Amino acid sequence: MNVINVSRRQFLGGMFTTGAFVLASRVLPESAWAQTPTPLFKTKADLASLNPSVYLGIEPDGTVFIVTHRSEMGTGIRTTLPMVAADELDADWSRCRIEQGVGDARYGDQNTDGSRSVRDFYEAFRSAGASARTMLVSAAAAQWNVPAAQCVVRNHEVIHEASNRRLGFGALVPAAAKLPVPKPGDLQFKPKSAFRMIGKDTSTYDQKDIVTGKAQFGLDVFRDGMVYATVEHPPVLGGTPKSVDDKAALAVKGVQQTVALDTFKPPHLFQPLGGVAVIADSTWAAIKGRRALKVEWNDGAHGTFESEAHKQQMLATVKQTGKVYRNHGNVDAEFAKGGKVIEAVYHTPMAAHASMEPPAAVAEFANGKATIWAPTQNPQAVQDSVSAALGIKKEDVVCHVTLLGGGFGRKSKPDYAAEAAVLSRKLGKPVKVIWTREDDIRFDYYHTTAAVYHKASVDGRGKPTAWLHRSVFPPIASTFAPGAREPLSFELDLGLTDLPYDIANIRAENGPADAHVRIGWFRAVSNNFHAFAAHSFADEMARAAGRDPLEFLLDMMGPGKVLDLKAQGVNYSNYGAPYDKYPIDTRRLRRVLEIAGEKAGWGKSKSGNGRGMGISAHRSFNTYVASVVEVEMDGRGQFKVPRIHQVVDAGVIVNPDRVRSQMEGAAVMAVGLARTGEITAKAGRITQSNFHDFQVARMSDAPYQVDVHFVDSDALPTGVGEPGLPPVLSALGNAIFAATGKRVRELPISKMKLT
Amino acid sequence: MVNLTVNGTARMFDGDEDMPLLWYLRDDLRLTGTRFGCGAGLCGACTVHLDGTAVRACQTPLKAVNNKKVVTIEGLSPTGTHPVQAAWEKHNVAQCGYCQTGQIMQAASLLSRTPNPSDADIDRAMQGNICRCGTYQRIRAAIKTAAGRRA
Repeated sequence: MNVINVSRRQFLGGMFTTGAFVLASRVLPESAWAQTPTPLFKTKADLASLNPSVYLGIEPDGTVFIVTHRSEMGTGIRTTLPMVAADELDADWSRCRIEQGVGDARYGDQNTDGSRSVRDFYEAFRSAGASARTMLVSAAAAQWNVPAAQCVVRNHEVIHEASNRRLGFGALVPAAAKLPVPKPGDLQFKPKSAFRMIGKDTSTYDQKDIVTGKAQFGLDVFRDGMVYATVEHPPVLGGTPKSVDDKAALAVKGVQQTVALDTFKPPHLFQPLGGVAVIADSTWAAIKGRRALKVEWNDGAHGTFESEAHKQQMLATVKQTGKVYRNHGNVDAEFAKGGKVIEAVYHTPMAAHASMEPPAAVAEFANGKATIWAPTQNPQAVQDSVSAALGIKKEDVVCHVTLLGGGFGRKSKPDYAAEAAVLSRKLGKPVKVIWTREDDIRFDYYHTTAAVYHKASVDGRGKPTAWLHRSVFPPIASTFAPGAREPLSFELDLGLTDLPYDIANIRAENGPADAHVRIGWFRAVSNNFHAFAAHSFADEMARAAGRDPLEFLLDMMGPGKVLDLKAQGVNYSNYGAPYDKYPIDTRRLRRVLEIAGEKAGWGKSKSGNGRGMGISAHRSFNTYVASVVEVEMDGRGQFKVPRIHQVVDAGVIVNPDRVRSQMEGAAVMAVGLARTGEITAKAGRITQSNFHDFQVARMSDAPYQVDVHFVDSDALPTGVGEPGLPPVLSALGNAIFAATGKRVRELPISKMKLT
Repeated sequence: MVNLTVNGTARMFDGDEDMPLLWYLRDDLRLTGTRFGCGAGLCGACTVHLDGTAVRACQTPLKAVNNKKVVTIEGLSPTGTHPVQAAWEKHNVAQCGYCQTGQIMQAASLLSRTPNPSDADIDRAMQGNICRCGTYQRIRAAIKTAAGRRA
């Protein structure tokens, strides 16, 4: 029997490590086991008669309230974490009600990014369920005067089988509520064999509300006396208004006033951009008024940004020696031997998140306190940003989290919520801020552009004996430190420093690049360009040697092992997870590759003549994914993707259906990003503005079918929201090579001639 | 003055007739199931039925709906059990769910004209509806399920 039963000590130990994605110190979810005196907002779970955890409460009528503190942006987390608690409690799912927690440090970390909600809170939600179950069983045992060990829990009841007595959860609540909450160390967890929900497909909690239009997103919040605002932002980052002519805007019926907003003081962090807000009594009047607004701008230093020139600069920098972040063996000595050398430079452009719901927020400032309703991935960051913008205490900001119409990393940065808060205080009434699609595309925290250089010397069979790789990209660091040209090390631990191949000599470097727009996290982050380049290059080496790419990849991995990156000078951040529990184990990477080969019938159909298969495997967010992409050329230089196989080893899988859906969606997003995803700039201004010029995958050009396969695993659960994306990028490029003989080294592919 | 019917209820509007139907539905009637995605007819999130045909509410000014019948997702079926909605639930199509009401209205319109659509029919009809989460494969499957149920 394999019981996944991490002790709390180990769990908290993991929480203490520096989060890959968290710049502030990580908050412990200690309150999961202890009541805190001052919740910012009381949930029904808090108010329930039996309330052993901030995440769970039970009422005497048997209703179980489970609080999700992580944001729902489409991953299904609002269903998945409650499933974990309900399973451990053996509750009847139909009697569980899910509540969304407000931003509150008592829940522990709430920054729903980094694909780590299940990884970091699986144990906490099991503990919540186990605590309640233990108390209910104790209450029943006391009432029946039998040992607790003779009682079992099944489907919302405690049962003493020997005497055929049973009591529902609700009936036991009054007595259970008088008992002490068990100490975490005393909790007993179910064995895997007793799971009723974990590992079984479960419909998402909000599916019915979604299909009937009742689901509430950020834009769907209305408050009495609320006004509507849209903001004309400076077109160049850091710009300020030179002159404002709002006469025509004010003449639009329904427009009440315009409000000048200060441009942020660097670093821009998650602060509002500044600009001029148009306030109106309806969304339409605000939009129409803004169209009539005339503003001239002082552009400031970034007004000279030209993305094409910037690209050429990056392509030059990537050829020069950079700062070393991993050094294994001696690459230079191997190159000096003068054997056969292969090299290539890859380039990927900026991209926008373009979640279907543009940023939006409602703020209500009254009596020195702010209440926010926002589609946010990180309500505690909303508290921080709003308190900083208004100069009030963090505890005086309550952030209600709506459903998110997509996030993909954009909505972890709450500039739009702070914008609403600033306006609400100025106007003394509730304000809804609406970003148009044009605002969303032009004022994103962009997925950064990158140049990546690879060079390898190869032996007689084409296998690398030395491998040098170097990336150059405007870093996320620039969002936190003005003028930062070098990444924070975690940005390199996403696919650069952790190249998984077993090569005797490896060196990883990075070179500087200037940022002229806001750079942020985009689904899978720098894994996308690091993986695209590295695994395309691996394919290039295989092809150069005339070898089968899958056989070549397996050969490069060797039998597989746990990588010791520390010995190679890497202080690897490992997605904020402790390395001893979540190491890079290339045996698992091998396994997903082997399964992918089997499932896709690798090597059984002949490539060429406009058809081809490509393969790649990549570990990210502690999860191993192999992708096989099939492409079919249409004879006019356009490609279709009839099928993608995604093989996933994410440890224990809680809700298989949602993991499949994440892998399906990541494959679609990857194909769209690779085909047409490109953001460019002229004179500091973003060129694209809507879905006509920033094109994303539509039904007819998305993969027709994505087949998802799981590795059956008892390992600790790891991320699924992001890791499905990176290997598809390189596998697609490799498939196009197989089909056409043309190598994809630059994205988007739509700019390549494939005929 | 614009007279229209929304989900079977007669309505009168005497404001700015240039206002897109989208904002009338959302802000005035609080029928928020019709979503704002692009404001330019490029994404389909705001799809509603106008006299039985799928249209983009963001590109339909109120002056164009005088004496017409509008059906939104809230009116597609009073109980949320239209075959398309049921199929969407069966396939657990939605991820974030934001675009899905528009997808459902578009699919319902397709099936009312083409009860057994081919893949090409589905591609053509659904091409204007973006799902950034990438649920297209399940949308296609759900449309086929809904078609089967009707047949």
